[in-house]
Amino acid sequence: MDWMMVLKAFILGGIICIIGQILIDKTKLTPARILVTYVTVGAILGGLGWYKYLINWGGCGATVPLTGFGNLLSKGAIEELKSMGLLGAFTGGIKATAGGIAAAIFFGYIASLVSKPKIKKQ
Amino acid sequence: MKPINSKEEYQQYVDQKTPNSPILKNCFNAFWVGGLICAIGQIIFEICKTRGIEETISYSIVSIILIFISAFLTALNLFNKIGKFAGAGSLVPITGFANSIVSPAMEYKSEGYVLGVGAKMFTVAGPVLVYGISSSIIIGIIYLIFNTQSITLI
Repeated sequence: MDWMMVLKAFILGGIICIIGQILIDKTKLTPARILVTYVTVGAILGGLGWYKYLINWGGCGATVPLTGFGNLLSKGAIEELKSMGLLGAFTGGIKATAGGIAAAIFFGYIASLVSKPKIKKQ
Repeated sequence: MKPINSKEEYQQYVDQKTPNSPILKNCFNAFWVGGLICAIGQIIFEICKTRGIEETISYSIVSIILIFISAFLTALNLFNKIGKFAGAGSLVPITGFANSIVSPAMEYKSEGYVLGVGAKMFTVAGPVLVYGISSSIIIGIIYLIFNTQSITLI
């Protein structure tokens, strides 16, 4: 076990979360907008090829935040583009992130099945 | 109290009345909770690595396990408490994305399984997917344009 990597992931992940917290406190952006911003920024950084330096340094500290999800989308699109041509731009992104999206939808559905419906608090 | 006539006056009034959130404390909480989530991810990743699993697959495994944990905690109504405490610390990692799917799915169960659970799941995740996927396709096309002119952008 490489504990140095765990520490680096802790620091990088923490810093990315601090940026989000500052955005919440200072700009009054809603959480949904913050998530959208993060994914888009991650996709752009991934497209420019800069995000991989963050991953090389911080491992999961870069891939676990939503910017990593965006990076995976654009990285997948570009990689598939290289092997399949234009069609790859459409198939690659979702293929690379399929595991996460499918898991979130599936577990969400299961959770709603097993949980008791609660009365909406106003 | 004097009447409020313009939008600016109203904004001033709101700013006066809403308490200033202690930004340093919020940032500290966001830092260590967010960091902890990523560190747990890294520990799972290291375990995958010692078992000789390929890197890209390991990252997928990490995401799926964290999403499962997040869905589980949301179903037990524990995630909301963590979220209130940690703010962006639990929102920004992939756990926040999972929570944004699971939480409305549970909440709108009373409206039925198709238009309640099935549709409301995507109130937050929908925009994330729309913008994420669209930007990735645009980036792919830009990459293609630059590369056909034999100019490497990356």
